[in-house]
Amino acid sequence: MARVLAVSGNEAVAEALRQINPDVCAAYPITPQTELMQRFSSFVSDGKVDTELILVESEHSAMSACIGASAAGGRVATATSSQGLALMWEMLYIAAGLRLPIIMPVVNRALSAPLNIHCDHTDAMGARDSGWIQLWSENAQEAYDNTIQAFRIAEHMDIRLPVIICMDGFIIGHSIQRIEYLEDSEVKNFVGEYKALNPILDIDNPKSYGPLILPDLFHEYKRAQHEVTTNVKRVVLEVAEEFEKISGRKYGFFDAYRLEDAEIAIVILNSAAGTSKDVIDEFRDRGIKAGLLKPRLFRPFPYEEVADALKHLRAICVLDRSDSFGGYGPLFLEVSSALCQLESRPKIINKIYGLGGRDYLPQHAEQVLEELIEIAKTEKISIIKEYIGVRE
Amino acid sequence: MADFLEIRWHGRGGQGTVTAAKVLADACLSGGRYVQAFPEYGPERAGAPLRAYNRVSSKPIRMHCPVLNPQVITVVDPTLLDAVDVSEGAKEDAIFIINTPKEPEEIRKKLNTGQKQRVFTVDATKIALECIGRALPNASMLGALCKVTGLVSLEHLLEDVRKSFGKKFSQRIINGNLEATRRGYEEVKEG
Repeated sequence: MARVLAVSGNEAVAEALRQINPDVCAAYPITPQTELMQRFSSFVSDGKVDTELILVESEHSAMSACIGASAAGGRVATATSSQGLALMWEMLYIAAGLRLPIIMPVVNRALSAPLNIHCDHTDAMGARDSGWIQLWSENAQEAYDNTIQAFRIAEHMDIRLPVIICMDGFIIGHSIQRIEYLEDSEVKNFVGEYKALNPILDIDNPKSYGPLILPDLFHEYKRAQHEVTTNVKRVVLEVAEEFEKISGRKYGFFDAYRLEDAEIAIVILNSAAGTSKDVIDEFRDRGIKAGLLKPRLFRPFPYEEVADALKHLRAICVLDRSDSFGGYGPLFLEVSSALCQLESRPKIINKIYGLGGRDYLPQHAEQVLEELIEIAKTEKISIIKEYIGVRE
Repeated sequence: MADFLEIRWHGRGGQGTVTAAKVLADACLSGGRYVQAFPEYGPERAGAPLRAYNRVSSKPIRMHCPVLNPQVITVVDPTLLDAVDVSEGAKEDAIFIINTPKEPEEIRKKLNTGQKQRVFTVDATKIALECIGRALPNASMLGALCKVTGLVSLEHLLEDVRKSFGKKFSQRIINGNLEATRRGYEEVKEG
């Protein structure tokens, strides 16, 4: 029987970590992730988990300790946000390059300067090329479900890669929502016993992690990492299918909302997708064929599947909650890359919204959909990339 | 109640407004309903005006933005009536629940409410001082809101107040809050 509660996104993910009971957790507090690790550290102090909690002096050290613990043969988790993730930067590449299945919820927040503690996706987008798998979550339920599935994906013997689980800071992290928790035993059975691969602590079989590799083999090493990443999509679907059996909740590479017969669509990550769906329903009631695609698996990006889901549309707007100054938004780049392989493709525009916690309101989705109606009619785009919800 | 209800709370930092929104969300879970409770996060200074929101729905809630057109507006601190526009975006038939010793008719004039809008008042600060010994009006406001909206029964709300406050406070404070909730429920009046 599922337990139904009203909890914050941070609390929900902390609960998932309690149910999974990792061997080691090394973490450093940062708004808006703090509540998550504070709750988890209470579980440690109260003896609800046997996790060894390592309190470190920075996120760089947190990730370093996670890498050490994971290489030693433990199941390892941490969590961070914003500057914390940025400070981990060099260690992120090491975790992925060493193929260590570390799990890290990221409670999305803007990066300085100027200093801001509120939500945007700049932090996780900065980790885009690090080799970590990325799962994105619309609400607390998805963040909880993704965290549980992340352990299975990361630890799969065909993968062994670290996973980031994203949820919007404050908007989801700190807001109270209805959630259905699985039973402890269900989660325990689902994630299973941790199987170490080449643990350093197996002293009868000595291993070396992170040695120098010169040009004669480095290229091959990275090619192997690329090959491993191509297995991720298959495993993500296998794990989702098994998860559906215990939860009744369906997951895939993305959420395709009213897309099948749509002519125009919004592509958008995380919590803003929920707000957009309500607006899409209103447009549908007016007889306008609008739809939405919300990516869940952002790394590796499911290019073929996204192209297939969007190919019949006339006009698309990709909304990015982060900017690449002098470039297009990161999600826009991915969707464009997916579509450019098609013989003919929809018109596509890019909007930057919600930076540093600027509210994404129904009127923004309306504004975008109205523009898409016009583009579908005229086949003309005036501005490709534009900020919305901005005070001029 | 309606299938979908949006509530906006106006309070000042330190009055327990956010806690009240959270307790309400918890209490409204019953009957398979979906809920949200979230404050507007600002500098979080004690005494600064703040807003908190609730959504309660019979269907999953997908909207993740502030409530713009509330059906219910709860003002936890009477001085806010002169400091912020509490009727901003209120629905045509919105319900106002105000913590004040004044009569609803006086508040109705002050807010210049529309024909279909309803105004309720309750002296939640006085109740809090008598029951808890401190000016923490949140429990009485919860009781009043519960009576006016019929979202949950008083018994159910009291159970949730006991549960939520039980984690943090002594038995004396819990009992005071339970009494304040009950009195808010009983003493709220319409005009």
